[in-house]
Amino acid sequence: MDTDSNKIIDEVTQGDYKYGFVTDIETEFAPRGITEETVRYISTKKNEPGFMLEFRLKAFRHWLTMTQPKWAHLTIDPINFQDIIYFAAPKKKENLEKLDQVDPELLATFNKLGISLEEQKKMTGVAVDAVMDSVSVKTTFSETLSKYGIIFCSFSEAVQKHPDLIKQYMGSVVPYTDNYFAALNSAVFSDGSFCYIPKGVRCPIELSTYFRINAANTGQFERTLIVAEEGAYVSYMEGCTAPQRDENQLHAAIVEIVAMKDAEVKYSTVQNWYPGDKNGKGGIYNFVTKRGICKGNNAKISWTQVETGSSITWKYPGCILLGDNSVGEFYSVAVTNNHQQADTGSKMIHLGKNTRSIIISKGISAGKGQNSYRGLVKVTKNAINSRNYSQCDSLLLGSQCGAHTFPYIQVGNKSSVVEHEATTSKISEDQLFYCQQRGIDTESAIGLIVNGYAKEVLKQLPMEFAVEAQKLLSISLEGSVG
Amino acid sequence: MLLSIKNLHASINGKEILKGVNLEVNNGEIHAIMGPNGTGKSTLASVIAGRDVFETTSGEILYKGKNLQKLSIEERACEGIFLGFQYPVEIPGVSMTNFMRTAVNEIRKYKGLDALSGSEFIKLMEEKKKLVEITSNLTNRSVNEGFSGGEKKKNEIFQMAMLEPMLAILDETDSGLDIDALRIVANGVNKLRRPDNAFVVITHYQRLLDYIVPDFVHVLYEGKIVKSGGKELALELEDRGYDWIKKELGE
Ligand SMILES: Nc1ncnc2c1ncn2[C@@H]1O[C@H](COP(=O)(O)OP(=O)(O)O)[C@@H](O)[C@H]1O
Ligand SMILES: [Mg+2]
Repeated sequence: MDTDSNKIIDEVTQGDYKYGFVTDIETEFAPRGITEETVRYISTKKNEPGFMLEFRLKAFRHWLTMTQPKWAHLTIDPINFQDIIYFAAPKKKENLEKLDQVDPELLATFNKLGISLEEQKKMTGVAVDAVMDSVSVKTTFSETLSKYGIIFCSFSEAVQKHPDLIKQYMGSVVPYTDNYFAALNSAVFSDGSFCYIPKGVRCPIELSTYFRINAANTGQFERTLIVAEEGAYVSYMEGCTAPQRDENQLHAAIVEIVAMKDAEVKYSTVQNWYPGDKNGKGGIYNFVTKRGICKGNNAKISWTQVETGSSITWKYPGCILLGDNSVGEFYSVAVTNNHQQADTGSKMIHLGKNTRSIIISKGISAGKGQNSYRGLVKVTKNAINSRNYSQCDSLLLGSQCGAHTFPYIQVGNKSSVVEHEATTSKISEDQLFYCQQRGIDTESAIGLIVNGYAKEVLKQLPMEFAVEAQKLLSISLEGSVG
Repeated sequence: MLLSIKNLHASINGKEILKGVNLEVNNGEIHAIMGPNGTGKSTLASVIAGRDVFETTSGEILYKGKNLQKLSIEERACEGIFLGFQYPVEIPGVSMTNFMRTAVNEIRKYKGLDALSGSEFIKLMEEKKKLVEITSNLTNRSVNEGFSGGEKKKNEIFQMAMLEPMLAILDETDSGLDIDALRIVANGVNKLRRPDNAFVVITHYQRLLDYIVPDFVHVLYEGKIVKSGGKELALELEDRGYDWIKKELGE
């Protein structure tokens, strides 16, 4: 592209972050740094049963033997793990059962973010679990859901009320030995959501967790576990934001999904952690391990993600396709603007016969952003007649950004077919001129073109999320504030 | 006067393409611009629309008496300048409906009008589709994506109908059309004709001018309008080609 249109695009892609406010709220912290004492402190604070402390300590000891991975296409400033506060909680009133007992500052924060915690506003038809810093603030709709036998609550509450389920499934898809950040999370995770859909139940509403980092110098380590029993169905959404700060903050989460025979789980994420400023100062380091297992035959897990935030994103939501005829899907839009870096993709592990997977990845780079797709498709010897289709597209806005593709493909039998397609394109001056000639200004034109490019992924999102995601995509590339 | 171009010089990458164009267009008129390939017809259209890859080195363009120099591409569009593209671009994933709704509402915003609601917009779109005889579901498809040559050109006319410009410049909208499509394009223009608007039709072919009768015909040659006349000039060009004009110019 010529320098003129690069200049235009550069100007309009210098967006500002509009969720960067800080809530002034009394917070309780763990001492800075991490030792066995920190791990015990967290477990004690949460009044956990013995098996939890044991799990955490094993994970911590394992973590000590590991080193931070370096294989990703990312430039990461050294992280001082002793300088992080591993547990921060809004100081609680004794009992949060009723909404009017939730701190009004907290309610105001979530309202500001467009998240209604007031169950009266049932019109939205979305059940929300709101997690601020390390603690779940409020889960809405739990009572309605319990009529169906559905459990939707914070992870901490599940540990107290459903320890058997937690014991059975926690770490069964992402063991603490999985990787460096999974081990760290397993040692210090604070809260998150738990969701259990019993046999044959279709969850009647969208479930959603909203994560918010508020306190400074604090890491957020949340953990989500979703179990769908035979023939169950659930659609789950996750959103995240953080205040604007000069230092980098660490976020290392784990999501585990278990889908039994004939079950289906749809997991959608709109990730909008603070991306850092235009010069690359600050921003969230987002190291996430997300994995699902299709345990029974005909199970299906689908991941949809719209990643616009974080200064560094490192995540590869994947599926282990164990059951015969099971299906794994991954749809992703990742935006890197200014100095953001993303190394993201998917892992599809085919173990069962006739298993199918699809990967649609759309990278968008602007400014000095670096965007890598990294994906593994592995078809084992016994996974006969399996299929994968991967499509990885990159869109470049401007000339200083980068897009990279690292596909790894291993096929262990002859009856399976794996296809991989990759394209790289730019927004052309022709396209911009065409839009502008119709009265559409450059910013809106880029928004339109980018949303068109990402359409295949956006249409996978639940309605409630799709509109927000579309706006976010435009905003994260435009100069508009608010 | 709607448009007045005086001694316009424009270049791209230091290469001069327009070398002193003069043109005056009044409200209610239809002008045809003809001329061999590569003489600057599309460039002239782009420069009027404000495309910034071209640099205006001297001369001026007055539109409704105002100098266009300071207006951006989209401001010119909002002021009523429409360009029917010789090569309409594809915008994957963006539906025509969404594209047009954005355009219509941006222009309304510029004029200080409220945005059209979803249903008002659909009604307008159906009306205009009928007007320009578009029966297919072009509007559900992505902008120009996978459109045939003829569909792309009809789509330009449809957009013109939607945006109701004051000055429409149609760049070879007739090229590559069969006779039915040609008639549809021409009818579109004739139906949209009003005493206060004007059309500049760039074409190679006299046959379009059987349907759209021009008030003036101009020949653009090597970056200048070298001859102007009435509709008979088009017939003469069809008959004799451009060589006699070159001779007249002493080449
Ligand atoms: N984007 C461009 N870059 C370089 N040269 C161009 C560009 N567009 C047009 N030109 C040149 O300008 C001249 C006039 O082109 P054009 O206006 O398209 O002619 P016409 O429409 O009369 O066929 C040609 O020599 C062409 O090569
Ligand atoms: Mg041309």
